[in-house]
Amino acid sequence: MKWENYTSLPEIFRNQRIFDGCGISGYLNIDGKRDSGSKVIDMLCILHDRENGLGAGFAGYGIYPNYKDYYALHFLFDTEQIKEKVLSHLEKIGYIIHSEPIPTKTPSNIDNPPIIWRVFYEPKQMKSISNDEQIVNLVMQINEHFNGAFIMSSGKNMGVFKGNGWSHEIAEFYNIKDYKAHMWLAHSRFPTNTPGWWGGAHPFNLLGTSVVHNGEITSYGTNKRYLESFGYKCTLFTDTEVIAYLFDLLVRRHKLPLPIANLALAPPLFDEIKKMDKKYQIALKNIRATYRSAMLNGPFSVVIGYNDPTSTMIGLSDRKKLRPLVAAASEDENTIYLSSEEASFKRLMLNEEFKYEFSEIWHPKSGTAIIARVGEGLLYNGLEKPLEKIQLSVMGV
Amino acid sequence: MSLQHISPTYFRVKIDRDYCKKCKRCVSHCSYGALSFNGEKIIADDSKCVACQRCVSMCPGKAIRVVKDESYLPQHGNYTQRIRNIIWAQSGNGGVLLSATGNDRPIRSIFDDLLLDACQVTNPSIDPLRETIETKIFFGRKPQQLDFSVDPKDPNKVSLKTEFLPHFEIDMPLMIGHMSLGSISYNACMAIYQAVNELNVLAGSGEGGLHPDFYEYGKNIITEVASGRFGVDIKYLQNTAGLEIKIGQGAKPGHGGHLPGEKVNSLISQTRMIPKGSDALSPYPHHDIYSIEDLAQLIAALKEATRYKVPIGVKIAAVHNSAPIAVGIVRGGADFLTLDGFRGGTGAAPRIIRDHAGIPIELAIASVDQRLRQEGLRDQITLVAGGSIRYSADLIKAIALGADVGMVGMPVLIAMGCRVCQQCFRGLCSWGIASQREYLVKRLDIDVARNRIINLFHSWNEELKEVLGAMGIDSVESLRSNRDRLRYIGPNPRIAEILNVKHAGE
Repeated sequence: MKWENYTSLPEIFRNQRIFDGCGISGYLNIDGKRDSGSKVIDMLCILHDRENGLGAGFAGYGIYPNYKDYYALHFLFDTEQIKEKVLSHLEKIGYIIHSEPIPTKTPSNIDNPPIIWRVFYEPKQMKSISNDEQIVNLVMQINEHFNGAFIMSSGKNMGVFKGNGWSHEIAEFYNIKDYKAHMWLAHSRFPTNTPGWWGGAHPFNLLGTSVVHNGEITSYGTNKRYLESFGYKCTLFTDTEVIAYLFDLLVRRHKLPLPIANLALAPPLFDEIKKMDKKYQIALKNIRATYRSAMLNGPFSVVIGYNDPTSTMIGLSDRKKLRPLVAAASEDENTIYLSSEEASFKRLMLNEEFKYEFSEIWHPKSGTAIIARVGEGLLYNGLEKPLEKIQLSVMGV
Repeated sequence: MSLQHISPTYFRVKIDRDYCKKCKRCVSHCSYGALSFNGEKIIADDSKCVACQRCVSMCPGKAIRVVKDESYLPQHGNYTQRIRNIIWAQSGNGGVLLSATGNDRPIRSIFDDLLLDACQVTNPSIDPLRETIETKIFFGRKPQQLDFSVDPKDPNKVSLKTEFLPHFEIDMPLMIGHMSLGSISYNACMAIYQAVNELNVLAGSGEGGLHPDFYEYGKNIITEVASGRFGVDIKYLQNTAGLEIKIGQGAKPGHGGHLPGEKVNSLISQTRMIPKGSDALSPYPHHDIYSIEDLAQLIAALKEATRYKVPIGVKIAAVHNSAPIAVGIVRGGADFLTLDGFRGGTGAAPRIIRDHAGIPIELAIASVDQRLRQEGLRDQITLVAGGSIRYSADLIKAIALGADVGMVGMPVLIAMGCRVCQQCFRGLCSWGIASQREYLVKRLDIDVARNRIINLFHSWNEELKEVLGAMGIDSVESLRSNRDRLRYIGPNPRIAEILNVKHAGE
C-alpha cells in the first residue's frame, strides 16, 4: 500500500484528470440477508490483471443497522488538527450521534498513516433545504475547502472503504470480511497517469449513491459543466465523480424513475427511436433533448448502488459496450451478481467455502440497464428494449 | 488632373492577344464595366475591375488573367495602402464608406489557435464508417427537467407530465445565416432553401420578408423580425420553423440593415413592402425596444401570435457585454439565442463598423455559455453561433466551446460561386448571387447551386463525424461545451483563460 496522498492529489498532479482501467464487481441479496464481505473480495481480487496496485475500494450497504437512521460519514484525515476542526464544524451545524475510528490494520512501521474515522450524524433541521441537501453541501464544502480532510461516503446505513493499494491489501486493511451487507460494490484500478490517491479510489459516493466505474468518459467536459450549473463541484478530476453526481441529479433531485434515468445516461440511437411507437418516440426524444448534457459518452461500464429508500443495484454499460459487464444469478435466484468478467463467478464456484452454483450467467445488452432491488427482485435483466416494460402515458398524446 | 485619379488600382486585367478570339463574351459577362471592345480588340479599364474572375472563367480561349497591380506606393508600415486608399476614397466622395462580406482585417483567428483532442489507448476511437455517430440536435427550448409520475401501485406505469416546449429536430448542428432576398438574389435564396430542406438543417430568411415561392420550405427557415419589420405579416410569422428578433448583426453591431436602392427592384419591393428603388435602411434600434423589458414584450407578442408553437429567438452581435445581455434575453423568454461574431458577413455595412466593432465569436461563445450556466439557464435554450465559421474545423471548435449550432454564411456563397470580391452592396454581382438584375440573377443555376451547398455540408457533417469518432464520442451533444477536448496554442494565454481551455501540453 501507498502511505501518502490520503485526502488530495499530490500538488503536481492537481487539475489533471485521472484516466484508469478497472475491475468492478458487486452483488445484491434480494431477500435483504446480509453476508460478510469475503465473497465480494473473492470476486474482485481474481480480476488481478485489471489493477496495478494503485487503488481499490468497497461499498457495503446495510452495514450499520444500529445507526440506520443517521448519515454515516466516512472520513480520511491527514492530521489530528484537521480532524478536530471538521468535527467541531459538524457539531456547529448538527448532531454527532456517535464518533469513532474505523478499525484498520495499519502496519506499525508507518509514520503518517491516515486517520480514518466515522461519524453518525444528523444535521440540524432547516426550513429551506432538506437534510439530504445539507449533507450534499457539507460534502462539497469539506472536500473542497477543508485541506487535509476528505469524506469518502455520506449515506445512511452504508459505507465506503477505499485506499491506495492492491485490492487484497485494502480488503485486509479495512477488515472488509467483518462487515455484513446485503449489497456490496467493489472496485480495483489501473490508473495510467498519476500515482493515485486514497480519496480518488472508487467507489465514489454521495449520500446513498455509490458508483464503481470502469472506463473513460469522453463527454467529461460536457457533463462537468452541466453539473456545475446545478451547483455540483467536480473537485476530484475523475469521470466517476460526474457519474455519481449525474445519478444524484437525475434520480434524487429530478426524481426520474430509474429506467428513465438510465435512458438519459445511455440513450438509444435515433435509428432505434424512429422505429418505435409515436408515444415512445416523443418520450425518448424529450429525454434526449432535455438531458442531452447528461448523456455519458465513451467507453464505460458502471455498477451503481443506492439505498433511498430501498437498496438497489444498477449495472450499465455504454451504448457501444466498449467495456465489459457480465451478470449472474445464484442458484436460488436470490442473489444478483455483476462483474467486469465471468472469472469472478468462476472464482466463487471454485471456492470450497461457498461451493457456489449459478442458475444463469448472461451478458446485458449495450446501453441497457440491469436493475435489482431488495424485496422486489431482478427488475430488469439488461436484455430489454428501451421502455419495453414501461406502460407509458404522455400528456397530450 | 483631379485628385481622384491618383487612387491606385488594385488589379490588372491581362489579355493574351494570341489566345483572344475577340468573341466579346468577357465584355457581356463583366457587370462592372471594366471590359469593352473598341472595334479592334478587347480593352480593360483596370480601375473598374474587382477581380470577380467572371471573365477569366467565361473566356473560351483562356486568354484572360486578372493579376495584382504591382505599381508600387512608397512604403509605410503604418499608413498602409489600405489606410491611404480609405483616405483617398473619403476625401473624394465625402461619405461613409460601404463594405460587404465580413471584417477583412488580418486579425488572428482564435479558432486557428485551438487544437482538438483524439483518443489513444485508454479509450477506443470510433470509426464513423462502421459505427453510428449521431449529429442530430433539437432546436429550441427544453425544460430544465422532465417530470415523470409513477403509479404508486404499479411502478411500471409511468406518465410523462412535462409540457413540451417548442422545439424541433435538425439533422446537423448547422444553420445558414440570415441573408435576405434583396441582399442576395431569388435564385441564391431558392438554392439555399432547397438545400436546407434536403439536408434538414436551417436557413435564416434575413429581414427581407419571405417570397411566396419560399413558403413550401418554411419548416427549415427561421424568419427574421428586424427593426424595419420588412415583409412581416401573419403568414410570415406562422409559416416558419422559428422566429428570430434581430437586434444586431456581427458585421455591424449597433446598426440596422442596409439595402441600397440599386438592389430594390419590383420583386424586392413586393416582398419587403417598400417602394421600388428606395434604400431599405432599417432603423438602428427597434423603436419599440429601448430596453430588455421591451424585448420581453415583443417575444411574448410573437409567441402569442404563433400560438406558442414556434421557438422565438433573438440575435445579437457579439459585443463586450454579450454575457449579461444574453442572460437578460433568455430570462425575457427567448427559446434560442444567436450570437454573431465581429467577423460575421454582410451584404452592405459601413466599413468603419464592419472593421472595428464587436468581439470574436470564440470569446463570445465562451463567456455567454459560462454565464448562462452560472445562472442555470444554459441547457434550456439553443445557442447558435456564427461570425466566420469558415469550414468544419471552425464549426467543431465552436461547438466544443459551447454552441449548439453553427451559423454559416460566406462558405455557402463561395460554394455557389462567389469569389469574395466584396462588392455585394453594389448589386452588380457577376455571379448572380448578390444582385437583383435579372440578366445577372439568371446566371446562377438553382440546381447546380443547391447541389453544391448540399455537397459542402455533407462533407462538413462527415468531417464532424470523423472528429467525433477520433475523440471517442458518438453523439454531437457530448461535444458541446466539452472544452476539455480543446487545447490552445496561440500567443496569448489570457485568451485560453477566458475560453476556459488548457494550453497545449497541459
